[in-house]
Amino acid sequence: MDTNLAIETNDLGRVYRLRGPKRKGDAKQLVALDGVNLEIRRGELFGLLGPNGAGKTTVIKILATLLLPSSGVGRVEGLDVTRDVQEIRRRISMVSGGETSGYGLLTVEENLWMFARFYGLDNVTARKRIDALLEVVGIADRKRTKISDLSTGLRQKMNFVRGFISDPNVVFLDEPTLGLDVTAARDVRGFVKQWMHDHPDRTVLLTTHYMAEADELCDRLAIIDRGKLLACDTPENLKHRLQREAIFNLKVGPLGPKPSRDAMIEAVPGVRQATIVEQNGHTELNLILAQEDVLSNVLAHLTRRGSSLISLEKREPTLEDVFVDLVGRRLDVDTSHHAEGEHAAG
Amino acid sequence: MLPAERVQKATGLRLFWYTIWARAYPRIIGSTREKSWLFFETVLPLMGTASYVFVYRAIGAPEAYTGFVVLGGAMTAFWLNVLWAMASQLYWDKDGGNLELYVVSPGPLMAILLGMAVGGILMTATRAVIILGVCSFLFNVSYQIASLPLLVLIFVVTMAALYGMGMMFASIFLAAGREAWHISNLLQEPIYLASGFYFPVKAMGFWIATFASVIPLTLGLDAMRQLIFAGDPTLGFLSVEVELIILLVLSVVFIYGAIKMLAKLEEIGRREGRLIERRR
Repeated sequence: MDTNLAIETNDLGRVYRLRGPKRKGDAKQLVALDGVNLEIRRGELFGLLGPNGAGKTTVIKILATLLLPSSGVGRVEGLDVTRDVQEIRRRISMVSGGETSGYGLLTVEENLWMFARFYGLDNVTARKRIDALLEVVGIADRKRTKISDLSTGLRQKMNFVRGFISDPNVVFLDEPTLGLDVTAARDVRGFVKQWMHDHPDRTVLLTTHYMAEADELCDRLAIIDRGKLLACDTPENLKHRLQREAIFNLKVGPLGPKPSRDAMIEAVPGVRQATIVEQNGHTELNLILAQEDVLSNVLAHLTRRGSSLISLEKREPTLEDVFVDLVGRRLDVDTSHHAEGEHAAG
Repeated sequence: MLPAERVQKATGLRLFWYTIWARAYPRIIGSTREKSWLFFETVLPLMGTASYVFVYRAIGAPEAYTGFVVLGGAMTAFWLNVLWAMASQLYWDKDGGNLELYVVSPGPLMAILLGMAVGGILMTATRAVIILGVCSFLFNVSYQIASLPLLVLIFVVTMAALYGMGMMFASIFLAAGREAWHISNLLQEPIYLASGFYFPVKAMGFWIATFASVIPLTLGLDAMRQLIFAGDPTLGFLSVEVELIILLVLSVVFIYGAIKMLAKLEEIGRREGRLIERRR
């Protein structure tokens, strides 16, 4: 066992049995995780990137001891998530996006105090850390506000304070900026970066489906889809995989009705991936081409379909392109119906 | 800026203690913040209790029955608290997103349940005392207490057994979904009848009274009535001593059962994913 690893999973699997109409032979199962292998080093800010329903939250819930794996092994700081539950809980914390935890009648300070005590903090330490952390996230003036009176952004900042108040070794952040406005999301990301900077021996596992967030925050990240890990590397190295390809954004006139498979743009030789978004009066194409000169074939194809070029831009690969290249569709396509059904986990 | 040194965290009994009071806090402080509960939790039950008093007076029942009803009316507060703020609480906490955080924290779930119980008892005792005081004044109830220490002991043991049962229910509801709400509804009114909240349980006959004795309030109420209205001991179901022993046994069984079931149902919850699902 590598003691330098904060998190390790070996062939981690999770199958949900769906509850529905109780008829014989009707039991359905959904594979949420399928043989996931991860190695996250101490001090790393590691991202799990994938669409809704990819299995990101399931990984976190297993590692946070809320869910048992159906197969494989999960370890946090070398401790088994199935057996060493209490010891793991002493070392971790978890913050989820859109969290509505706490009691509305209590103030921010009281809610945080309550959770701090659940982690064994004494009164003085709890209050000291509450004050310090509220200052860091910029809501010290809301200390005595009832949480039922907080906006979504302020509440999420309070949730962040809750997550870090217990001085955890490993923090699980599950879509932490979900539903936040731009400013609040930026503040939250700033806080995470600062915390990692101030505590270089601690580890954060972050799930997100925001590419820019993953790119900005993560030392390394894994791309997950439909329960399977597709790639794992630094953001730079992942993008570097596409360095040899040419990536173009095209704005063209309306493409008209969907053609047969052979006549689709993806059928043009040299087109590795294409995503098409219909906008008001025009179409946006995001193309990954094997080589730059394939572009002339694409333009000829568009002309044959009666469309005209409005603008064209060649750009550097992004994580979105990496995802499209690996998965074959854009990240914002929801696959939750496939992977996790009725469960809140995503 | 946060201090760089690591935080010292309590473990074992100290953590258990911290967790109990942390979870009791929202209940205790909550009752001082939303004062409307005082009206709904006291005036409305007062009306129900009063109606039984008037029925007994109209049919010329012995005067002791007025006291029986008043005491029963006061004790309903504890039953409602166990059902709605104890047993089904983990379901509400699951729905509100707190349960996951309870489970993920090192604070033992049993301590969280005890915290709910402690907070609940303190708040509910206030309601019970108000009902008891106001009704005693309005209906001129006279008390003739045979033994105050024994009365206090019976009350404490009854509460231990009752909230132990509540904790056991809570562990069942940990795995349950919305059914928890229906079960609480189902249990509320029939227990008023079977446990003799408004009349001596002896009147239900031996077998029904025996079955109803599984609910600790049945024997607790019966014993307290015998001790408080010592002038008419013939209305008791069993002797106070026997009822105390049974209540002690029930306390041990329910608290032990709660510990075991909580551990088991948490494991089932983790296996089946029931701790993380939310269905609105």
